Amino acid sequence: MLNTGLFLVLSAVLFCIGAVGVVTRRNAIVAFMSIEIMFNAANLAFLAFARQHVDMTGHAAAFFVMAVAAAEAAVGLAIIIAVFRRKATVNLDELRELRG
Amino acid sequence: MSWLPMVPFALLASALLACAWCVVTSDDLVHSVLWLALTLVVTAGVYVQLQAEFIAAVQVLLYAGGVAVLMIFAVLLTKRLTGERIPHESGNRVRAALASLSVFGLLTAFILRMPASYAQPAQRSATKVLGERFLVDYALPFEVLSVLLVATMIGAIVIARKEDA
Repeated sequence: MLNTGLFLVLSAVLFCIGAVGVVTRRNAIVAFMSIEIMFNAANLAFLAFARQHVDMTGHAAAFFVMAVAAAEAAVGLAIIIAVFRRKATVNLDELRELRG
Repeated sequence: MSWLPMVPFALLASALLACAWCVVTSDDLVHSVLWLALTLVVTAGVYVQLQAEFIAAVQVLLYAGGVAVLMIFAVLLTKRLTGERIPHESGNRVRAALASLSVFGLLTAFILRMPASYAQPAQRSATKVLGERFLVDYALPFEVLSVLLVATMIGAIVIARKEDA
């Protein structure tokens, strides 16, 4: 059997790749996809701990994360489309109406 | 403890990280979405290695089947596809490297402090146990989740619909 730490390190690297995407990419859709990668990293950690402790609570948590992520994806993409219709751009640097 | 179980894990892990890196760095928006779909499928493979077959199946159905298609729709609706590449630029490289490396250092510092642990094999079918948990312990959150999904679907339609309609 593989050490749980291996899966946790994989999860940490995946999370950091997602974080890099959120910070660097200026396209809202790519920032969105990076957030999905970070969700996956969190799920990976949940499942690694679930296997270590032979406890299905981690699987249930991962399932809830996935369902909420799907709901979030639907609403987020709808917001991106609504913003594009109004501003004709999805560049996050050009959307600064709320900045004081 | 032999090195043999390491081989599929190493293959899946390197493929996963390569795909995720391509999502973040690809210059073409459509390519990014396709790399994301591949990332999600490879993640399902890692879930199988973690003895989470049900979650792996849900991952393929929900993410690779649903969210990836939703992303492609969003790309099509926000940029007219006329055959040319859809470039998208980046910024904040130094700050991103700084932030993610510090998060990575923090996480690995905690992981390395954990005692090395090897899992015991599962006694029962994981999916069977999970189904019982959802219908007994997590019955209320499960029902709330379905209400949440309906609410977000209606919300998405209301937000994305044309304003004069």
